[in-house]
Amino acid sequence: MDISNALRSWVDKRFPLTQLWNDHVGKYYCPKNFNIFYYFGSLALFVLVLQIITGIWLTMNYNPSAEGAFDSIEYIMRDVPFGWLLRYMHSTGASFFFIVVYLHMLRAMLYGSYQKPRELIWILGMIIYLCLMMEAFFGYLLPWGQMSFWGAKVITSLFGAVPFIGDWLMEIIRGDYNVSGVTLNRFFALHVVAIPLILLGIVVAHILALHEVGSNNPDGIEIKALKDENGNPKDGITFHPYYTVKDGFGLVFFLILFSIVLFYFPTMGGYFLEAPNFDPANELVTPEHIAPVWYFTPFYAILRAIPDKLAGVIAMGIAVVIFFFLPWLDRSKVKSIRYRGIYYKFFLTVFVISFVILGWLGMEVPTPEKTLLAQICSFVYFSFFFLMPIYTTLDKNKTVPKRVT
Amino acid sequence: MLKKNILVVFYVMLFSSMIFANDAHIKLDKANVNVRDYASLQRGAKIYMTTCATCHSLKYVRYKELARQIEMVDSSGDILVDVVQDGLMHSGGKITDNILSALSENDGQKWFGKSPPDLSLVARSRGVDWLYTYLRTFYKDDSKLWGVNNIVFPDVAMPHVLLNYQGLKGLSESNLHDTNHINLKLIKQGSLNEKEYDLMVLDLVNFLSYVGEPHQVERKRLGIWVILFLSVLLVFSYLLKREYWKDIK
Repeated sequence: MDISNALRSWVDKRFPLTQLWNDHVGKYYCPKNFNIFYYFGSLALFVLVLQIITGIWLTMNYNPSAEGAFDSIEYIMRDVPFGWLLRYMHSTGASFFFIVVYLHMLRAMLYGSYQKPRELIWILGMIIYLCLMMEAFFGYLLPWGQMSFWGAKVITSLFGAVPFIGDWLMEIIRGDYNVSGVTLNRFFALHVVAIPLILLGIVVAHILALHEVGSNNPDGIEIKALKDENGNPKDGITFHPYYTVKDGFGLVFFLILFSIVLFYFPTMGGYFLEAPNFDPANELVTPEHIAPVWYFTPFYAILRAIPDKLAGVIAMGIAVVIFFFLPWLDRSKVKSIRYRGIYYKFFLTVFVISFVILGWLGMEVPTPEKTLLAQICSFVYFSFFFLMPIYTTLDKNKTVPKRVT
Repeated sequence: MLKKNILVVFYVMLFSSMIFANDAHIKLDKANVNVRDYASLQRGAKIYMTTCATCHSLKYVRYKELARQIEMVDSSGDILVDVVQDGLMHSGGKITDNILSALSENDGQKWFGKSPPDLSLVARSRGVDWLYTYLRTFYKDDSKLWGVNNIVFPDVAMPHVLLNYQGLKGLSESNLHDTNHINLKLIKQGSLNEKEYDLMVLDLVNFLSYVGEPHQVERKRLGIWVILFLSVLLVFSYLLKREYWKDIK
């Protein structure tokens, strides 16, 4: 027995190293028919690691105070060796995180990955999404630019619309009567310690839950139902090496797109890094037009579409929380869109279109026509969820094959 | 087919920002800046230091870094300290100093109604096109303190410091009611003709663009190598994937 085997056996007697590797990588069976949508899970994990690593280095030079925050960002951009690279990686990474996660969620909706027995994976995923939204929101205050300040002011003021406890709640979140250095300090603590800790824990739970029931696939077939003589799924292949090499290829492709933005369009025309944020926070000057970063704008458009502030806040809250109930709203016996009837295909299509239009509207200055469009799109958005029990019951599904295609 | 559609969606999501980017009320003139044009940057720096720096600081920039980055260096790469001190540092000080104006915040407030802002990041917050248009659209307006107003920045507190170069312009008839279209006519000739003045402003805006993000040349230069490396890696990672997957039916 050579030394590495001896060492492994020594560890295995004390820690389930080989067992963990086999359960989650070496002998974890995945369906062999994953398509392009199945890259986004591993990519999300990669971006999470990227954000944590670049975040650690940024923290080394960042000054979390109202007096020093803006200057310290410019210090990173100008004087810290490769500070500009770390900062752009982090800011571009934030937007790419949401691109990847939105596509990851769309995948689940295309192929019914949230359906029984994967409800808990979906719920854990939604908790990750909520954490991600908080993480992004807290992080956006840290550069202490005009949009950081006014964006945080608008969003925290929404909590003031809650009846009875609104003012108290808003004060607790801000830690002050206004968004101030106190707010900046607590958002910094939440952004670099609290939320990432929760995020990492839930991500591990998300993956454990996935590996317990096994992955879904574009055909929505349970591969565990059909096993060979060794007890392994006939349509399954081990994650390693098949999907490690495939995801590796996907990662390199992703990194090329990421680098194009990172090196040539780091502000993405003002949508990844907004132009007013290059002016330091000034509570005496309100920017001409306050809008959150693009990944929040669909929900912001829903908020603005409703004339009453409290009703708008509730609608926006429901628009996010409703995703949690997807496994129970969907009454279909069929998972994959490939074998579903026309109703689901129609509703999912108009839902995605309205989501994109809402995202655009949320960045625009509202006009009566745009508000009307936002109202129509919000209606479509909610119809997708609220009518789902009806149209998924009525849908005429096709026969699902026994084996993956 | 599906794969193709998904890629299209992905690209649209990535670049949708560029399709929708339009917020300006007035059509801005395009500033064709080129931060690799070191001669232009040096001219821009000189104009900045003689006309702007009295009131506007560039507090995140140091003379020494500036001189190095816009290549005010000799053939062996050493900074030409004398040239920098004579050409750029009109208020004295050390070459390692930050570029700070001598105007105090209080005096600025008193004299102009608003303290002149630091311009380190103005090219990033306003954009180069805005700056290029702004510096060329001052016009005569006797109701204002400095006798001038501006089309893209109405009621601006800044005097037209480049007046002697550009000369004085006035609103033409069509602009009296509608200032959305830029159509100014020359009232008093300056020391430069229109073309020369535009080029001078372009140098200045180019300089401010560099100041807004000093590492942008380095960023673009590094990007090529990173993307080239990744492209080669993409080929090998694809071949590796194909090798492993050839048995999967």
